[in-house]
Amino acid sequence: MSSEVETSAEYIHHHLQNLTYGHLPDGTWGVAHTAEQAKAMGFWALNLDTLIMSFLLGAIFLLMFRSVAKKAVAGTPNGLQNFCEWAVEFIDTSVRGSFSSKNNMVAPLALTIFFWVFTMNLMDLLPIDYIPSLMTWAGVPFFKVVPSTDPNATFGMAIGVFILVLYYSVKMKGFGGFVGELTLQPFGKWGMPVNFLLEGVNLIAKPISLALRLFGNMYAGEMIFILIALMGGAWAGFTMGGVTLYGSQILLSLGWAIFHILIVTLQAFIFMTLTVVYLDMAHQEHH
Amino acid sequence: MNINATLLAQTIMFALFVWFCMKFVWTPIIAALEARKKQIADGLADAERAKHDLELASKRSVEILREAKEKAGEIVVNGEKRASEIVEEAKTQAKGEGDRIVAGAKAEIDQEVFRAKEQLRTQVSAIALAGAGKILGREIDAKAHNEMLDKLVAEI
Repeated sequence: MSSEVETSAEYIHHHLQNLTYGHLPDGTWGVAHTAEQAKAMGFWALNLDTLIMSFLLGAIFLLMFRSVAKKAVAGTPNGLQNFCEWAVEFIDTSVRGSFSSKNNMVAPLALTIFFWVFTMNLMDLLPIDYIPSLMTWAGVPFFKVVPSTDPNATFGMAIGVFILVLYYSVKMKGFGGFVGELTLQPFGKWGMPVNFLLEGVNLIAKPISLALRLFGNMYAGEMIFILIALMGGAWAGFTMGGVTLYGSQILLSLGWAIFHILIVTLQAFIFMTLTVVYLDMAHQEHH
Repeated sequence: MNINATLLAQTIMFALFVWFCMKFVWTPIIAALEARKKQIADGLADAERAKHDLELASKRSVEILREAKEKAGEIVVNGEKRASEIVEEAKTQAKGEGDRIVAGAKAEIDQEVFRAKEQLRTQVSAIALAGAGKILGREIDAKAHNEMLDKLVAEI
């Protein structure tokens, strides 16, 4: 953090601020140094930390699997191939379980979602001060390490899924069929406006719930890590309270991190499964 | 925490990742898995076939063994029969030979007896002549009494 003593509020704000690149108020392009500057940039700005981290994680995951896929043989697999094959089979079984139509795109999509979200969430387990401190030291004002605590990342994926849902709904049922599905049920053609309202909400709720569920869980988890970290931040010499708080921070961080492993995996799995289920619904005539 | 163009960038990145995963990760790994599945299935089928073959072979070997035993028994029986035949033949041959030898010996003995009788007869006639001569006190003319002598010899 900065060299001056910061308040708890500043500490929290610092941790929750993305590294935003955009149009600065003075007319130049650059990185926002305060939350207000970032806000003022409006829509046409990029969160560099989210982009860099998510790209790195996705690339690492894909290159690891690619290295296996390149020399994948039917013979006896070695360690990394074992892991990748296990992952692929796990996703394949899970997709087969909840996706009844035939589409070669869904299983790789599920694999990508699961591992990408999983690795992005996993960044939450890194000690929360290390990378931001390192970045501050290197002259970068903010750096949020966990891309899935940025709604841009989660909504980005959810919109991608939503586009696929719309695409396959229209492709499988025809445009008329899709519109009919939106307007002719559950109350028949006389209840068309009500039907459209209900089904429209139903449809829109899919990407929003996907994105917000992941974002909310990871954001809250991150928040709790920050709050726990604040306890030790109250350190002011070897007083009774200081030592107790410091010890509590270590214990609580450990406990929350262990619990968070579950959340990290679970959220990745939920995002993947729901995507598959939504796509399955898009493929089916009636649901 | 602002919604901004990162959203679009993330969506594009997501699409590219999915495309890459589908094209270069999923397909080859699934292909390898399928190939291994097939290999294993083939291997199991081969093992099954081999087991079946083994079963057949062991059945066949038992049959062959039984046949061989039967044949061996037949051969032994034949051999025994042949042996007894040979012995029988040898016996008859030996008996014939013996009979012939016995017959030859008998003939020889007969001949010998005949010869001895002949000799004895001649000697007896000679003794008889000598005795008669002594009794009569004179020489018996062998020529004159030849006829009588011959008669005598024939009588003895």
